[in-house]
Amino acid sequence: MSIEVQNIRKTFGPFTALDNVSLRVPSGRLTALLGPSGSGKTTLLRIMAGLEFADPGSGRIQFHGADVTNTPAGQRGVGFVFQHYALFRHMTVADNIAFGLNVRPRRERPSPAEIRTRVERLLALVQLEGLAHRLPTQLSGGQRQRVALARALAVEPKVLLLDEPFGALDAKVRKELRRWLRRLHEEVHLTTVFVTHDQEEALEIADEVVIMNQARVEQVGTPQAVYDHPATPFVYEFLGNVNRLQLPSRGFAQAEAFDVNGGRFAYVRPHDIELLPVQDGFDGELAQLRTVHTAGSVARVTCTRHHAADEIIEAEVSRQRLTELGLQIGDSVLLRMRRGRVFAEDFAI
Amino acid sequence: MAAGFISQLSTTEPAAGAASIRATRDPAWLRYTLLGAALLFLGLFLVVPLAAVFTEALRRGVGAYFAAFADADALAAIKLTFLAAAIAVPSNLVFGVAAAWAIAKFQFPGKSVLITLIDLPFAVSPVISGLVYVLLFGAQGWFGPWLQAHDLKIIFAVPGIVLATIFVTFPFVARELIPLMQAQGTDEELAALTLGASGWQTFWRVTLPNIKWGLLYGVILCNARAMGEFGAVSVVSGHIRGETNTIPLHVEILYNEYNFVAAFAVASLLALLALVTLGLKSLVEWRARQPVRT
Repeated sequence: MSIEVQNIRKTFGPFTALDNVSLRVPSGRLTALLGPSGSGKTTLLRIMAGLEFADPGSGRIQFHGADVTNTPAGQRGVGFVFQHYALFRHMTVADNIAFGLNVRPRRERPSPAEIRTRVERLLALVQLEGLAHRLPTQLSGGQRQRVALARALAVEPKVLLLDEPFGALDAKVRKELRRWLRRLHEEVHLTTVFVTHDQEEALEIADEVVIMNQARVEQVGTPQAVYDHPATPFVYEFLGNVNRLQLPSRGFAQAEAFDVNGGRFAYVRPHDIELLPVQDGFDGELAQLRTVHTAGSVARVTCTRHHAADEIIEAEVSRQRLTELGLQIGDSVLLRMRRGRVFAEDFAI
Repeated sequence: MAAGFISQLSTTEPAAGAASIRATRDPAWLRYTLLGAALLFLGLFLVVPLAAVFTEALRRGVGAYFAAFADADALAAIKLTFLAAAIAVPSNLVFGVAAAWAIAKFQFPGKSVLITLIDLPFAVSPVISGLVYVLLFGAQGWFGPWLQAHDLKIIFAVPGIVLATIFVTFPFVARELIPLMQAQGTDEELAALTLGASGWQTFWRVTLPNIKWGLLYGVILCNARAMGEFGAVSVVSGHIRGETNTIPLHVEILYNEYNFVAAFAVASLLALLALVTLGLKSLVEWRARQPVRT
């Protein structure tokens, strides 16, 4: 089931949470809404779920072509998972999962035996067999989140929406759980949207990443596409490390492409910078080596430009390459940029 | 979740507590003086009067004690007190839950005014609140002529007593629930809604079970106050024997008539109620703090 968001506006008093946002979430895919806090991603998710409603007179929400803009949450067929789980604290795990089935009108409600079977099946799906009679307080954070997921799946939603599902967990559990979510998605193939501010999380498990900033969608694309071809300076800076290089610079192979209008910036990823010895026959940006970190799979070095000493440039090179160059702190070095990007919008900054 | 949190904290407490006792150990004489002063004060102001009530009530023996309750006026007072409480407590239960629900779970203009209004009965002297009802519904009051024309009696009659009791005990349930419901937030209710539950189902299956202990606590306090209220009820009652006297008012009348044994006997009923209330209150507090059953 695809989700179509058209020109949605949402304001809270003077604050604009969503500014004419349009978005298409493809059917059966795992989509991440990624952005810093306050970018509107959670509001967008809640509007999709029907937990918030867009400003009157703004656009529409469609589920597979059907208008659900004014449909209440309970009738949209969405499963929603809250950041802090929102499990019913006085109910056992089994009762939590069965809740959505138990509140159905009598003629639509499965028999108690069938509800039990379904709960068992869901517990197996989220790998929590044997914990059916525990209370939420007796579970770890990761277990609680999986119960919340099972509870949302119990009503057989057409769309699964997760609000910072791993935000409250520690780093290790987070990593395990997000890989597990990816595998689960491959099993059930439900249209899934999850909100996160963790770019690593979004890039690792999503089929498609929607990057949001200041109430707007900045870019939509596969993780590879948004990482390799950021559409805006914001996306460049938000996804991974990037150097903001003042132009002109001699570090670019096709220097003339960049060497226009002083005051513009080029965005270059640290791993797209090559280090060369200062010798005849080599050309590049002259810089001085400042720090070297070799604790890790690659060596991370920082340099300052010869022509603009306050500008620090980070580069990542293989540790082998660093040894070959035989550089010491304070040595001069030539920087060559393999790839970079200039944004015309930078005039505004 | 709150219960689990508390139980988690208490498991780490002994170690921290032991260390802090050592760090803040006061000399023995100081500790015993403070303890002694506290116990003396408690004894003087709480235990002695309570004991005095029962001693005075039983001064002429058990026969005289029970004779006080055989009196028709005493029985009428007891009945009226229970009637007033039986109306006031359920009303305030419903009002309190509704008000707390609205305040804790929704944003609306005038919310802070509502919160202040709920506290009004605590802030106003009960006698004044009684007078307000006389001013409204009394023979010379705003609605007095209209009530008389329709042959309705509120002041110096049972409805006035019930109204005054409801007013004075209004804040107990709401005050107890508002902070509790605010702390619990709205996530569970929203989760229930996304799972297809209706508003009623959400209230009965999610909200109410989460607040049941706080609610019971508020009801117990509300009931104790409803049965013991003197000031507001005194103003609107008119002290008609056998008709508009509640237990506290009846005690006053007996006492003023130098019928001490009967006065203390009836008063002992209120004292017993207080003890039962305290017992129930501790039980509820203890139960609410238990890590939720397995």
